[in-house]
Amino acid sequence: MNKTKVIDFIKKYTMILVLILITAFFAWRTGGAILLPMNVSSLISQNAYVFILATGMLLCILTGGNIDLSVGSVVCFVGAVGAVLMVNMGVNMVVAVILMLLLGLVIGAWQAFWIAYVRIPPFIVTLAGMLMFRGLSNTVLEGMTISVKECTTFVKLFGGGADCYIPDVLGGGSINMTCLVAGIVAIIIYVIAQLRSRMNKIKKGYETEKFAPMIVKTVLLSAVIFVFSLQLAKHKGIPSVLIWVLIVVIVYSYITSNTTVGRYFYAVGGNEKATKLSGINTNRVYFLAYLNMGLLAALAGMVTIARMTSAQPTYGQNYEMDAIGSCFIGGASAYGGIGTVPGVIVGAVLMGVINMGMSLMGVDQNMQKVVKGLVLLAAVIFDVVSKRGGKLIAKD
Amino acid sequence: MAKILLEMKNITKTFPGVKALDNVNLKVEEGEIHALVGENGAGKSTLMNVLSGIYPYGTYSGDIIYNGETCQFNEIKDSEAKGIVIIHQELALVPYMTIGENMFLGNERGHKYKLDWNETFGRAGELLKTVGLQESPQTLIKDIGVGKQQLVEIAKALAKNAKLLILDEPTASLNETDSKALLDLLLKFKEQGMTSIIISHKLNEVSYVADKITVIRDGATIETLDKKTDEISEARIIQGMVGRELSDRFPGREPHIGDVMLEIKDWSVYHPLYSERKVVDNVSMNARKGEVVGISGLMGAGRTELAMSVFGKSYGDNISGHLYMNGEELHLNSVHDAIKHKIAYVTEDRKGNGLILSNPIKINTTLANLEGVSTHSIIDKDKEYGVAVEYKEKLKTKCPTVEQNVGNLSGGNQQKVLLAKWMFADPDVLILDEPTRGIDVGAKYEIYCIINQLVAEGKTVIMISSELPEILGMCDRIYVMNEGKMVGELDRSEATQEIIMSHILKSSSKGA
Repeated sequence: MNKTKVIDFIKKYTMILVLILITAFFAWRTGGAILLPMNVSSLISQNAYVFILATGMLLCILTGGNIDLSVGSVVCFVGAVGAVLMVNMGVNMVVAVILMLLLGLVIGAWQAFWIAYVRIPPFIVTLAGMLMFRGLSNTVLEGMTISVKECTTFVKLFGGGADCYIPDVLGGGSINMTCLVAGIVAIIIYVIAQLRSRMNKIKKGYETEKFAPMIVKTVLLSAVIFVFSLQLAKHKGIPSVLIWVLIVVIVYSYITSNTTVGRYFYAVGGNEKATKLSGINTNRVYFLAYLNMGLLAALAGMVTIARMTSAQPTYGQNYEMDAIGSCFIGGASAYGGIGTVPGVIVGAVLMGVINMGMSLMGVDQNMQKVVKGLVLLAAVIFDVVSKRGGKLIAKD
Repeated sequence: MAKILLEMKNITKTFPGVKALDNVNLKVEEGEIHALVGENGAGKSTLMNVLSGIYPYGTYSGDIIYNGETCQFNEIKDSEAKGIVIIHQELALVPYMTIGENMFLGNERGHKYKLDWNETFGRAGELLKTVGLQESPQTLIKDIGVGKQQLVEIAKALAKNAKLLILDEPTASLNETDSKALLDLLLKFKEQGMTSIIISHKLNEVSYVADKITVIRDGATIETLDKKTDEISEARIIQGMVGRELSDRFPGREPHIGDVMLEIKDWSVYHPLYSERKVVDNVSMNARKGEVVGISGLMGAGRTELAMSVFGKSYGDNISGHLYMNGEELHLNSVHDAIKHKIAYVTEDRKGNGLILSNPIKINTTLANLEGVSTHSIIDKDKEYGVAVEYKEKLKTKCPTVEQNVGNLSGGNQQKVLLAKWMFADPDVLILDEPTRGIDVGAKYEIYCIINQLVAEGKTVIMISSELPEILGMCDRIYVMNEGKMVGELDRSEATQEIIMSHILKSSSKGA
């Protein structure tokens, strides 16, 4: 490998390398505590809402660096309505879940309409939404906390609490066999998919990745999946919320990279006029981005009340910042058109690791915020400067 | 012999991996207009950036001798202090500021904490008179046309006490009348003793205005032609630029013209903002299978507006008229409709309206026809890659791979990607709006060959162009448009530059 190849490699995998370094740092400072099965498991449960919201936020950001400030309030509002439905009104759980998702879609459509068709700046529309839905949450809850502890199925299905795990049907004693088997199945599917795609390319005579790096990549990723599922298996198995996160991540990775609609998000962010003149309805693209954000905010709302086993008027505060931060740390461009779901997930995990690492080290809550702010700034500075060819100061 | 004002000696400038300038020499006499010509990427702009201090002293080798002294410029301010002012191709004006504010931006009148607006606007007014621009200095830049903005740039340069004026492609976005006015202004300044260097692709302008012409090719000075001693015809300059005689600038074609493919009748379009302004006025035209139809006219004649309004109403309001394709009337309400009915519009503004510069060639190639590489909205990425490679080879696009970002390509190659995108959409009618704007002679020839190939396949090409030689060299039939109206239709055999211009001039409303 020559020098430019090394630089290219570092550029491509910066955030993964940073994630490894930071995890190693915390593993060292906490005496390995951060890698304990229990902590790996709670990293997922604690940050489930970030993964879900950041995925939705990515689509908004792709359309041109547009953010959604209202997601925290929407999470709270949907959670509040859900709690009222299930607890106060005794609505069936399935019906309640459907109604919550519908509510998310309606909220999304409301904001998306103004943004996409009336072309009110997203910042303004969602700032208004942030205020409105926070206020509505308070009204719905009458300023009080509603406990959803009694809705056990709901909590078990969406939660990340102490006993919200996929039952171990295979029964492995101290190790959760179901979890381990699921991990291995995932690895097998992944390897087969890689090989099939490669064979396909060779058959059609297209250029393929070099064989050695591909093997290294596949082996590394398989190892990560294996260790991850092993750690989870050593704790209590698969947190049920992980299923929802995985569904969101897989579905949206696929949409953004392999479908025409996904391509439109990137195109609009890259050059809206050119996209319009290519016969693509750009209003609809904006609409879909914010409609979808409403849907995912609703899912995040369910996950949140299930984990907390209650709904409170203060839930969801600053969630929008976690989601936006994850996107930018994960390599999304502040100007739109650039960013991937896996990148954003790496960004979210990085934030989660920093949170947990500092908590384990006993760093003061306020200092944690300072560090998170600096990390976000550093990530974007790095992105901007490396695109400028390494020059720190922009030419005046 | 006049005094040498500027001498650039053995200038060599390297970028990582490329030698952009290789021992370039340039001598400019006081009071002359010196033209710098060369293909895109030949190094003209780099040379001027060295001169103006954008590439500071030390990043290049060689000497700049200005007014008898050797200069070491570290930034633009240094060169401007000496009276060397460069006006870039992309105008550097702030749309929501007044003409006066723009002219003294960075060079403000009065004290730092107390600007002197009387002096700003007073002085601006004087300078506007010098350049012959009849606008109040309090007018906002956004409210004046591109031609006038160019004049503001020149006035801005004068405000800096320019002694040596460098103009990079000053007429690239001007129409013929505005171009002529600008060149005449330069000639007027010359009489007053101003020295200018002009970079231009338009060779007729160069031979009109320049006293000397220096030809740069591949980062080296090839020759300097002197109007007094050398014969400077366009053919002679081109020979220097491309290093060979380009006897035929337009590839030949045996026309096979069929039935009428596209017909427009009584087409009128109003301006989207100023709803009383009719930008296209009762236009009728047609184009046949296998035919290249030209639409000639000055900038602002309504040609782009006509094309875009036909292309699924992508421009204008209150559009009326009839559109027929193969004799069948179409009602196109969106770009999507237009593409579905096999009409393509290839924009004049490839960077702004055509391409996604931050995306690779392959993604740009398929953008207008993603259905062509996908089933049930799922993209077959292998197929997409294959399509991109196929068009890259077909159009001879120069790039390492189709994964390359379009933003990193030269203008000519970008234009090819844009053409590939629309060819892949498989239209029957292609409307090409200024298809060779801002690209070099070699790439132009290749674009012409692609156009010939398209009509040979039985497609219809409508070519909008402001360059008369191109219209005359390529088209089977020529429409002339002026002030929103069709004012002439000429057959290839009868058309000349003079006839086209006279159609335009005769139709121009009085006093305009």
